[in-house]
Amino acid sequence: MVLNRKLGIIDLNKNKVLVREIPVELRKKHLGGRGLNWYYLYNSIRPDIDPFSPENVLAIGAGLLTGFPALGAGRTQISTKNPMTGGVGDSNMGGAFGPQLRLAGFDHLLIVGKAEKPTYILVKDGGIEIRSAEHLWGLDTHTVQKAIREEVGDDRAESMVIGRAGENLVAFANVMNGIKNAGGRSGTGAVMGSKNLKAIVASGDIDLEVHDPEKLLDYSLEVDRRARNTKWAKTLGRLGTPLLYDVSYTTGFIGTLNWQYNTPGEDGKPLEAENLEKYSVKMVACIGCSVHCRHRVKIREGRYRGVVTEGPEYAAIGAFGTGVGVYDWEFVIKCNEMANRWGVDLISLGTTVAWAFELFQRGFITENDTGGLRLEWGNENAVLDLARMIVERQNIGNVLADGMLKASEKIGKESLYYANQTKGHPNLLTDERGIPSFALGIATSTRGADHLRSRPGIDLFQLPEETLEKIYGHRIVSDFTAYETKGIMVWWHELLYNVVDSLGICKFQTVFNSANSPRFEDYVPLIEYATGIRLTREELMEIGERNYTTERMFNVLNGFSRKDDYPPERYFREETKRGLPFMKGRKLDREKYEMMLEEYYRQHGWDENGVPKKETLERLGIAEPDYSMLEVL
Amino acid sequence: MTSEKYLMVFPELCTGCRECEIACSLKHDGVVGYQKSRIRVIRDVFEGIEIPVVCMQCIDAPCMNSCRVEAIYVDENGAKIIDYEKCIGCRRCIVVCPLGANFLNPETGKPIKCDLCDGDPVCVKFCSTGAVRYLSPEEINSEELRLASKNYIKALIEREM
Ligand code: SF4
Ligand code: SF4
Ligand code: SF4
Repeated sequence: MVLNRKLGIIDLNKNKVLVREIPVELRKKHLGGRGLNWYYLYNSIRPDIDPFSPENVLAIGAGLLTGFPALGAGRTQISTKNPMTGGVGDSNMGGAFGPQLRLAGFDHLLIVGKAEKPTYILVKDGGIEIRSAEHLWGLDTHTVQKAIREEVGDDRAESMVIGRAGENLVAFANVMNGIKNAGGRSGTGAVMGSKNLKAIVASGDIDLEVHDPEKLLDYSLEVDRRARNTKWAKTLGRLGTPLLYDVSYTTGFIGTLNWQYNTPGEDGKPLEAENLEKYSVKMVACIGCSVHCRHRVKIREGRYRGVVTEGPEYAAIGAFGTGVGVYDWEFVIKCNEMANRWGVDLISLGTTVAWAFELFQRGFITENDTGGLRLEWGNENAVLDLARMIVERQNIGNVLADGMLKASEKIGKESLYYANQTKGHPNLLTDERGIPSFALGIATSTRGADHLRSRPGIDLFQLPEETLEKIYGHRIVSDFTAYETKGIMVWWHELLYNVVDSLGICKFQTVFNSANSPRFEDYVPLIEYATGIRLTREELMEIGERNYTTERMFNVLNGFSRKDDYPPERYFREETKRGLPFMKGRKLDREKYEMMLEEYYRQHGWDENGVPKKETLERLGIAEPDYSMLEVL
Repeated sequence: MTSEKYLMVFPELCTGCRECEIACSLKHDGVVGYQKSRIRVIRDVFEGIEIPVVCMQCIDAPCMNSCRVEAIYVDENGAKIIDYEKCIGCRRCIVVCPLGANFLNPETGKPIKCDLCDGDPVCVKFCSTGAVRYLSPEEINSEELRLASKNYIKALIEREM
């Protein structure tokens, strides 16, 4: 059965492994992936634990539907205490690792302790082995995966690995699978590095039995076709996420020169999505995905000749383009490739680099700190060199590698004003000043500034209010510059994205940027045919609420509250300087923001300080953490 | 025989999503598991390779010809079908398949191969890019065919290197 995949608990201190069943009751409460990860972590990480201490726990989870042929259901969740925020650290990764983990017999892994020497974990045919990785330490993320495949003798083995950034405990280091699948945005790679854990490898072929294969096939095909035939998915499958850039820079919501501007204007034209096509060999996909949103790119001549990689995504255009003032696809491709080989979150890296450039411009950082490097806008070498310095922890790179909060303590408190972050977590290079719902979303996200916890992407389409009411079940104001009702919209998306992360489905195949894409009700039959568990749409929403509130409680226990739910101060003080008339001259209105935040708390059943109310916790069945999970070891 | 259709593979369109594989194993064995699938995608993202490997239903089929107990027969769709009542599991057919498209089911020790799903291939339905197609002779454009075989062979050769 799909439901017979196990939980593996691994203690690297004691060199001990335990294998446990996952009770169906827990599935009904949390599904899998992100939801179940956080159930486990909430009950195993005490608030006083430092993210880099051996007591921190790393949870790996395949979604409930991971491995099935629809909606990009191939995803894996990696969760831990976040080294940048001290709260929720959580990554959702595409690629092929999750399906392979399930075929190896497991759905969830909990890893605690610290290995004495570099180590990797091999999950194979229902068993778990801890092996030496001394010969693999120092290798980049691509080389190490190839070496591991050779070593375990399985050309279908999939690994989740760290690179130099993770080994060096760069606070925003990634885990990687394949060429570009990143468990990004939360320092998961750094936590692996702190455990001396180079890789987790899944190998095996234990059949995944399903409840009703015939119905599952028919329904998968139907829902898959519907998702891939939306205009959004079709364009995405041709241009990839760079398609978002064209709207973004013409309108004026892409962070430019570290948010001093909200678009590069005409300067940014070379980075339009169509210009990437000349480097594109073909489109490739994650397991179980028919949208195939990523390019395989190749640079055939010039300075970066010979680079072959996958992507780059929209985020890379911001990180190594507008953010630092370089407008050249080849440079973006090169940086993208480097970041993936280093195993570092390129959004956080790009945002940190852009911040450092502005600090240089304003005199917070000088050539003395950079080893003579002049951090001047548009200087390609300066960008690549500073990025490398961060990954290798040299000069000012050593300070920046600890994350924005810690770095600002050393560079000077006022420098934090120029950091685009929430809870210490760097933001994507977008500019949310003109879109209050986006601003609220990044600010309330449990993992710190982030666009993938709630971004109500369809906000920008100005859909008729009847359509919005049908989707959200509430009246939602159509105008994307409005504040009222947007708290409800953000709440709804937090639930949806939690559910899809817990199912292992890709967000791009949900109501993310298309109103016609699948949502809660469409997952009901998939879950039933795959697992035999019957859940209603309402029950699914409640699971999303339970899971999200569990994360919120983890943050609350770690000292977070309303004070941490604000976007960067700059958004309230400085108006946007460029863009189309309706985007120019915009900044956030503090009073209206407060109102929106309160509406959001009310909708969640949290008090005015953002703490879940007692009756909400009772309704959702969230108990006090019992921390006994790992005592069995 | 002109009513026959052919299952064709176009590797340059394959994205490596494995939806064809998963669907095939679900349809034939009710499970997700690639060792049950009759189509298998050679996928190596580091080398940039995605090649779906599947039986081409050879006219003068080596698998069928080599079978000493005549366990392989041709059905009305032109599919070479294994009759498991007769199959003794000698695996000779696996060895002689020039495409490596006759696979071993490790559970039974017997071969498994594409049966064209009774003329309604599920892999084709799940393939979003047309990397696997089920075409009638009229639909087969010779230019496309040339390209398909060229790419297929090229892909296999690159794999060897
Ligand atoms: S299994 Fe191989 S030999 Fe037999 S018909 Fe198919 S391709 Fe030809
Ligand atoms: S036609 Fe049917 S049996 Fe043959 S590979 Fe496709 S799904 Fe499998
Ligand atoms: S479904 Fe099509 S694109 Fe996906 S792996 Fe199979 S042949 Fe390739």
